[in-house]
Amino acid sequence: MNWHATPKEQQINMKRLLAFIKKEFYHVFRDKRTLLILFGLPIAQIILFGFALSSEVKNIGIAFQDNSHDIHTEKIIAKIQSSSYFNVENPILNYKDIENRFKDGSIKCAVIFSSNFGSDLQRPGGAKIQVIADASDPNTATIVTNYLTAIVNDYQQQLNPTAKLNYQIIPELRQLYNEQQNGSLNFIPGVIALIFMIVSTALTSVSVVREKELGTMEILLVSPFKPIMVLIAKAIPYLVLSLINFILILFLSVYLLHVEIKGSFLLLFAESILFIITCLSLGLLISNVTDSQQTAMLISMMGMMLPTLILTGFMFPLENMPWIFRVISHAVPSRYYYSIVKSVMLKGLGFEFVWKETLILAGMAAFLLTIALKKFKIRLS
Amino acid sequence: MENKAIVCKELTKQFGDFKAVDKISFEVSEGEIFGFLGANGAGKTTAMRILCGLSYPTSGEASVAGFDVYKQQEKIKKNIGYMSQKFSLYDNLTILENIEFYGGVYGVSRPEIKERSTELVKMLGLEKEAKKLVGGLPLGWKQKLAFSVAVFHRPKIVFLDEPTGGVDPITRRQFWDMIYEAAASGITVFVTTHYMDEAEYCNRISIMVDGRVEAIDSPAELKKRFNTTSMDEVFYELARNAQRAAD
Repeated sequence: MNWHATPKEQQINMKRLLAFIKKEFYHVFRDKRTLLILFGLPIAQIILFGFALSSEVKNIGIAFQDNSHDIHTEKIIAKIQSSSYFNVENPILNYKDIENRFKDGSIKCAVIFSSNFGSDLQRPGGAKIQVIADASDPNTATIVTNYLTAIVNDYQQQLNPTAKLNYQIIPELRQLYNEQQNGSLNFIPGVIALIFMIVSTALTSVSVVREKELGTMEILLVSPFKPIMVLIAKAIPYLVLSLINFILILFLSVYLLHVEIKGSFLLLFAESILFIITCLSLGLLISNVTDSQQTAMLISMMGMMLPTLILTGFMFPLENMPWIFRVISHAVPSRYYYSIVKSVMLKGLGFEFVWKETLILAGMAAFLLTIALKKFKIRLS
Repeated sequence: MENKAIVCKELTKQFGDFKAVDKISFEVSEGEIFGFLGANGAGKTTAMRILCGLSYPTSGEASVAGFDVYKQQEKIKKNIGYMSQKFSLYDNLTILENIEFYGGVYGVSRPEIKERSTELVKMLGLEKEAKKLVGGLPLGWKQKLAFSVAVFHRPKIVFLDEPTGGVDPITRRQFWDMIYEAAASGITVFVTTHYMDEAEYCNRISIMVDGRVEAIDSPAELKKRFNTTSMDEVFYELARNAQRAAD
């Protein structure tokens, strides 16, 4: 290959590249399906993960059976009612009623105050309150009972401002980096990684394979356009589109989900370019080893998206997985990117805290790109 | 080797023990329409890929437009046009955008692209469709357009790989008129086909069997030699002895 082209030749090469990139953009903007994947998907994902798939527990149906009707029970009920976690439904009539309402799903939790609750409170042995939760969803049940215990304890504290108990330990809990327990925080880095996988890997591989299917790839290879330039020309539009997507996702996250970007935007941007290059190389590699758009799509989706969903730690904690999966997860590029985005965006950390992950990603990108280019050459002869 | 657009001497391409192309030798003059015939699997495509600078021969010599197929692939590519049996334009680009893209890939300057494409569209009678997507055109028009695009950058040689597959006889006839025009303007045409009536249109043809060129001459001479009146007979006589199964 002649890298020492004359300035005039270089100029022509540049024009060729621009002509090619322009053509790629025509393809993208004229294909409704591509457009939908490109811009519909990020919006849909942000909304889904941000609102629908929230891991927080809010607006849980709760019902009371107040057998005492004194000032204390009413205060506790009012306290529960005022919290945004619960929706207070009609009072419970009897035990059978609880079961029926658990079954039809209108309540997840029932609270029963013993008769003489208020007067029992003054006596040794204390007053009793029964909490029954629907544990068919164990996560929700645990969270609900924790919330209720906290509210009741809080009320108890209010009653005894000067603690009568001698040895009292009051744990003060703080959930750092996400004090409001905003569930969408955790998803956004994952969603960004997922979108890059779809746009950069799947769309790129499909767009290269499409030219093979159409027969236009042959024409391109016969033309003076260098094979490596074909790959570069294919990669650049998707790099640009991925970055536009990145900004779109950040914009939605900040203004729709109220997520704050704590770290440097520039660092985040640079790391994203690195990850996109990794994904693009993967996409080009896939396109080199497949001959049909369907296969390319299937490999990108099954081979890339599933590991991204499962093995990056954004849906399921990696720590709880069997060792074999933890080992495999080290080969998944999005795992490192996810960790970088979390550190920079949510914790506001600088480069000195993510250089290790950056190095691994850079290594992966270089490795994948080299193989992709080699494979592409081999196929020519 | 003046005035020779293509020269092959004992050109061979071997894949393992299999000789896809077996010591073929022929010459094609400038401005000639050269038919490259042979049954499927005879080695036409392999030979053509070498001449187009897509793969290297195992042994033998060949030059295209005066450039060596071993060392000057890049120069060969700049001087040839290519059109394959598969439709080679982009469906979701307009006629003008397709022309602009391929012109750009071959390094034709912008003002030239503009001038020549207006001319071309006018010549093809596609002025009204110029800004419509190619996907909506009938197949015959697409093939004619693909040919025009293949010679748009005024190459010395144009390689046509079964250019008229699936096209109706009238369009095929018009297509050949375009080939004659191109040849008259000095472009050498190297064409493969399965239609024997098309073989008759060529100045000279070669017939490949099992990787070797078994006959090479003008259609009239070949018919005389095999003592028949149709090219079909000539082709059949030669091809029936083939050992290789068609793929």
